[in-house]
Amino acid sequence: MSGIPAPHLEIDVLVLGMGVLLLETFVPKLDKKFIAYTGIVGLAIVFFATFFLAPAPPLNEASALWNFYTADTLSIFFKRFSLITTIIVIVMMIDYSPVGRGGTGQESHLGEFFSLPLLTCAGLMYLVSAIDFIFIFVSLELVTISFFVLVSFPRRNASALEAGVKYLILSALSTGFLVYGITWIFGVTGETNLNRITAAFAAGLIDRNAATFGAVLILVGLGFKIAAVPFQIWVPDVYQGAPTPITAFLSVGSKAAGFIVVLRVLQPFLMLPNMARLLVLIALLTLLYGNLAALPQNNLKRLLGYSSIAHAGYLLIGVACFDGNAVVFYLCAYLLMTLLSFAVMILVAQRTGEEISDFNGLGTRAPFLAFAMLLAMASLAGLPFTVGFFGKFFVFVSAVAHKQIALIVAGVITVACGFYYYLKIVRAMYWQPSTITSTIPISWLSRAMILALLTATVLFGIYPQPLLNAMKPPANMAVKSTVSH
Amino acid sequence: MLFFLVFCPIAAALLIMIGAPARMTALVSATANLLGTLFVLARVDRVASGFQFISSLPVSSDWRINLAFGVDGLSLLMLLLATIVTLAAIWFTGKIDNFERAFYACLLFISAGAIGAFASLDLFFFYAFHELALIPTFLLIGIWGTGDRVRAAWKITIYLTLGSFILLIGLILLYESVPPLERSFSIPALQEAVTVHAIAAPDQRHIYLLLLVGFGVLISLFPFHSWAPDAYASAPAPAAMLHAGVLKKFGLYGIMRLTIPILPEGTHYWMYLLAILLLGNIIYIGLVTLAQKQLDWMLGYSSVMHMGYIFLGIASANILGTTGAAALIFAHGLSIALLFAIAGEIRDRTGTLAFEDLGGLAKVMPFAGLAFGFAVFAAIGLPGFANFASEIMVFFGAIRNGWSMERFHLFQVATVLALWGVVISTIYMLRAYRATFMGPLNERWKKIADFGAAARIPIALLIAGLLWFGFFPQTLVQMVMPTFRTYFAASK
Repeated sequence: MSGIPAPHLEIDVLVLGMGVLLLETFVPKLDKKFIAYTGIVGLAIVFFATFFLAPAPPLNEASALWNFYTADTLSIFFKRFSLITTIIVIVMMIDYSPVGRGGTGQESHLGEFFSLPLLTCAGLMYLVSAIDFIFIFVSLELVTISFFVLVSFPRRNASALEAGVKYLILSALSTGFLVYGITWIFGVTGETNLNRITAAFAAGLIDRNAATFGAVLILVGLGFKIAAVPFQIWVPDVYQGAPTPITAFLSVGSKAAGFIVVLRVLQPFLMLPNMARLLVLIALLTLLYGNLAALPQNNLKRLLGYSSIAHAGYLLIGVACFDGNAVVFYLCAYLLMTLLSFAVMILVAQRTGEEISDFNGLGTRAPFLAFAMLLAMASLAGLPFTVGFFGKFFVFVSAVAHKQIALIVAGVITVACGFYYYLKIVRAMYWQPSTITSTIPISWLSRAMILALLTATVLFGIYPQPLLNAMKPPANMAVKSTVSH
Repeated sequence: MLFFLVFCPIAAALLIMIGAPARMTALVSATANLLGTLFVLARVDRVASGFQFISSLPVSSDWRINLAFGVDGLSLLMLLLATIVTLAAIWFTGKIDNFERAFYACLLFISAGAIGAFASLDLFFFYAFHELALIPTFLLIGIWGTGDRVRAAWKITIYLTLGSFILLIGLILLYESVPPLERSFSIPALQEAVTVHAIAAPDQRHIYLLLLVGFGVLISLFPFHSWAPDAYASAPAPAAMLHAGVLKKFGLYGIMRLTIPILPEGTHYWMYLLAILLLGNIIYIGLVTLAQKQLDWMLGYSSVMHMGYIFLGIASANILGTTGAAALIFAHGLSIALLFAIAGEIRDRTGTLAFEDLGGLAKVMPFAGLAFGFAVFAAIGLPGFANFASEIMVFFGAIRNGWSMERFHLFQVATVLALWGVVISTIYMLRAYRATFMGPLNERWKKIADFGAAARIPIALLIAGLLWFGFFPQTLVQMVMPTFRTYFAASK
């Protein structure tokens, strides 16, 4: 059986995205739900197709594309990851009223609103396969540019516009750093392909200082994408201003892609002096900043923004310990629990609002949603029997194995901080009486999605082996003992 | 069988959440659990020292994590305590005004967490089941608590989180300290592995300290105790019974189960530190308890203080002392649950637990007075109660520790001071008894009723447990002795 060549997946998604656009243009008076269902079904088919991939051709027979593109286990795994994320985000978009309700004169652009996530998804899928700096750059821009539009989509809303502008300017800045870093690396090694750069580094005939400079610039560029301190300033404002499903997409898809690139890119650079120490420092700062800044937040969306910085910190512990598997597992856990919390939040926020106090009494108003949120928060905080605990557990295991004492201490303290701010929401839902008594209607699709996310959160929290199996052979980042510094 | 014991409360809690009659389901589940434990107790081989009734499900083959349960005498004792107190606590739950279902579900989750932790043979689930109780505790205190409940709920949650993550790091270190090929989260496998090659002494010291601090926070070891009185004073009575009586004992069980057989060198190295800290529990907290002006706070502090005696038994590092400590865990669990139950009932009737408002209640509540008397005498450690038998073993065990070492006898000093602690606890317990039940009756309480028949049964159950093991302590001792005999034989 020959199977489907891996690059076809992205092409299919791109075609799907454009098809949805055309559909909206040429078929007047289309129900927006129909557009969304088209997208969901299309992505589901592509997801199904990922299980029937043809193996990558051997190097000598491969076309030029395979110099840029890899279809290893890690990338296939994250293609599925991006597809699932996008499907869930589109489901959320159906129920997101500020855009969907109409009456604001935006009904006519809904095709774009539903097709842009598809293009973003294609960008994410390219990104996780990219093994060449040029390709990384191009796909990163595909992701980022479609996010610009999505973030500021409700364009009559001042805060969404503000978010869009902030995201645009800071992303442009980070892109500048990234490109500049890439040129330095190219100048040092004469290569843009990551494998050949690794080989050039290993050969040792390079200017190490120049290479370090380039690597730091690249790290700065990627630091923006993964919201690592000190490049996190944009996160709370953009998260708060963007339409909620887009915030969810941004915090999961964009972050996951950023970490995959970090995992791939860092591999050669770890041979450079001080890179490991720099990573530890960034991880430490990110952990402390994200968790401490989240403590006083009263707006749930903003709180989740800071919490995404905090989780970037835990992920960076994994990166700093060169444990690819822990990072990948944590990202999966993060996907499940973050999307779950956003899914609940979208439904609740339309009735009341996004402040934590708007969740008061949710335990009586909507027991199902409150229970889902309780589990999402327990998982984000890292309680056992949820997938979030395994994520933290693996990260801490590798930190202990690498004797990163500073990271462990910071991690333990910040986990306790995390319990405080995540349980604040639980407290609002169950302790505080509510002034509103109306129930919250949930469409069957949202209910099914929340139920699926909830089940997955608990199931993988008790039985993580299927997820661990799915990432084998491991995304091997085990550092060579010959690292010189 | 053990799977049934652990998952019966969880299933009951889920059933209650989706609509089964709350009190009925909870009672049936708790009764079934107690009967199940008695069944295991009857069928277990008393002489053998290893784990029995082992059942296991693989969870992660990569990490060698299994959902494995099994019991030996020590864990069986803990299971017995957990199921008795759970039944009493659920039975004792009065009318709940709001979220009645959630209340019973939370109680059952705490119970499942404790039972799961005591029955687990796997470090991972040993830890995980204990954490299962965290959110229910937070909700129980936060929703149904009294007094400064918000503060107390936050305090206990943050403290216990911090403690348990320190513990987690310790457990991970323990896992990492075994050679890679033998790494496993299975507790018997770990014990097996360290008998072949012991963990290096410096590693043992680090791990022991982490475990001591981690477990210490959970047990309210001085100076990590300050969450406990707040939480117990604010918690609704059934929650306080379960937490102080059962869940807090998780840490003590952990120290006995892990540090004594696996980290003998660490235990020895930090013995003196532990002796000083436990004197903090006994003397300092004892004096603080004396100064309390409210019954619930006094009980909260007294439960912290009594942890000191159990630690003394553990620190004695001989069979007699540790057996006494295990028995004292059981006895203290029953007696503190009894005290909290009666205090909660008084609070329900009078709305206050301040000593100056109470008094003479024995005139209107003769049964409550009698029961409280029993509980007070048990807590003091009067002969005839399980507490006496176990405390005497603890003291004899502790004074023997270091007797032959012919150097500064810290343990003898500690034992003598701890004996004075008994005097302190006698003073505050009897004072509380006098202030609550004796003396002139306050006019306001003329109309209040004694305990109904429903509340008398769980109280009788707890008192019966205390008396039975007070008169026949040998049954307790024989249960846990084989475990410790192997532990100490292995470490010598």
